[in-house]
Amino acid sequence: MTPAIRRRPFLSLFVSPAVLVAVAIVAAMAAILRFSLHAYVPGSLDVGGFTLENFADLTRPIVLRAMRDTVLICFETALVTLVLGYPVAYALVRTRSVLLKSVILVTAVTPLFLGEVVRTYAWTVVLGNAGFINATLRQVGLIDRPIQFMFTEFGVIVALVHVTLPVMVIMLAAALAHIDRDYERAAQSLGAGPVRAFLTVTLPLSMPGVVAGFTTAFAWTFSAFATPQVIGGGKVSVVSTLVYQLGLSSFNFPVAASLSLAGLGLALGTMWAVRRAARPLEALGGH
Amino acid sequence: MRGRVSSRLLRVSGRVAVGLILAFIVLPAVVVTIAAFNERAILSFPPTGYSTRWFTRALTYRDFRTGLWNSLVVTAWASTLALAVGTGFAIALKRYAFRFKGSLEGVLLSPLIVPHFTIGLGLLMLATGLSAGQGWPVLVLTHVIVVLPFVIRSVYISLQNIDERLELAAASLGARPRAVLTTITLPLLAPGLVSGWLFAAILSFNEFTASLFVTNQATQTLPVAMYGYVREFADPTLAAVSVIYIAVTAALLTLANMFLGLGKVLNVEQGR
Repeated sequence: MTPAIRRRPFLSLFVSPAVLVAVAIVAAMAAILRFSLHAYVPGSLDVGGFTLENFADLTRPIVLRAMRDTVLICFETALVTLVLGYPVAYALVRTRSVLLKSVILVTAVTPLFLGEVVRTYAWTVVLGNAGFINATLRQVGLIDRPIQFMFTEFGVIVALVHVTLPVMVIMLAAALAHIDRDYERAAQSLGAGPVRAFLTVTLPLSMPGVVAGFTTAFAWTFSAFATPQVIGGGKVSVVSTLVYQLGLSSFNFPVAASLSLAGLGLALGTMWAVRRAARPLEALGGH
Repeated sequence: MRGRVSSRLLRVSGRVAVGLILAFIVLPAVVVTIAAFNERAILSFPPTGYSTRWFTRALTYRDFRTGLWNSLVVTAWASTLALAVGTGFAIALKRYAFRFKGSLEGVLLSPLIVPHFTIGLGLLMLATGLSAGQGWPVLVLTHVIVVLPFVIRSVYISLQNIDERLELAAASLGARPRAVLTTITLPLLAPGLVSGWLFAAILSFNEFTASLFVTNQATQTLPVAMYGYVREFADPTLAAVSVIYIAVTAALLTLANMFLGLGKVLNVEQGR
């Protein structure tokens, strides 16, 4: 080590601002914890005495159902996103045409930079009863009455898949881009067809990206609020919409706080379980 | 012979599948664009006539104007602060050993996993506890927290790509640490800093869920104003706003792709 590096110039200048931000994050989480452990005083943002009541409140059927639905919706969304994202990521990494590569990249990535509100609104125009799909089907004469997409779980999942697809494509493409193609060439020169080379070489090597993409899609879906709120229209209740209702519509901070903590635990627990279950799969990608 | 036919079939069906998925990605943008030029006040397909009045309304609607201005202010502050904080931390993270390094990194990167509604709720509660209310400082702080992980990541990746020997050479020729930092390290980092700042700005400009918790009528950002509009009105004004949004974002990304190489920023270039 050189003296210049051992002396660590500007260490406190570099780290102190970051420490301030970290303190704010910790303080925000502590505020949630504090509210979750104190009684709700109706009509006031101040809280009463210490209590565990807010957590007991979470065992109400409506809350339990929302938690179960959240996990199911996140799972289905992550799975569909994975199935749709893989071919796009593969095409993005493997296409030889520079133009095509740019087109796929910009198309696949643009939605990532459009806020949830714009995308959700756009989906209401596509899925609504007088929206694009229903109007088209009616024009063609396939249906007489509109199919209900809005305010259904199906509609919410379609929009959520659209929201998470770009990040899945990016993570899968990053994984595919770092696979050494010589392995595939070796398999093919040993007589494996393209399908077999893909299934036995490329796919297993991309597994770490698949697992990372799946868990990230899960976390994003869990975090989504505008999509379930607007497309679900109150008929689909998930943790995020319930926290909003409790926290900002009825100003019941204590129960909103306990539900956020339970939601955070649920999300981290599920992701941990997925990672654990996927460990044998990930090991396939180890070099 | 059979092998060649089936592999060709595979290639064609693969292309069709990718094309359909890309169509799925583009569909809402196309539909919303058509809806924005529809003259009727309710959303309906097919459009009955051509009109640009929704764009006029979008550009003159008061909540959108103040929302746009608020968003620009918050985005400028938050992305610049996040760049300053994130650059320093990324350098320390890459180069130095110090106490609580791992925990600090964990806390700062946690917004990647912690849902935004939890972050928003926590900061709202914190602000309420400090009697700070839903003012500008809380809003900017929220945005800094949410975009910081992306800045740290972007700067850290560029640090990996610069040759530390250049810094050592400068130091061994007598340059003071400050001179090394300002004449060697930061100029070499410039592309990473630009893309980190751009990333932070785009994400901050689009941030919605956490902002919803920490804004009020006076500080509401554009996405929050748009959300408020969706809940009150059903006319195509929001379609017009969306079209402007989509066009600007796509243009920025195409530019970024031309000048910076989006593939490199996103780490999806084929290695060999």
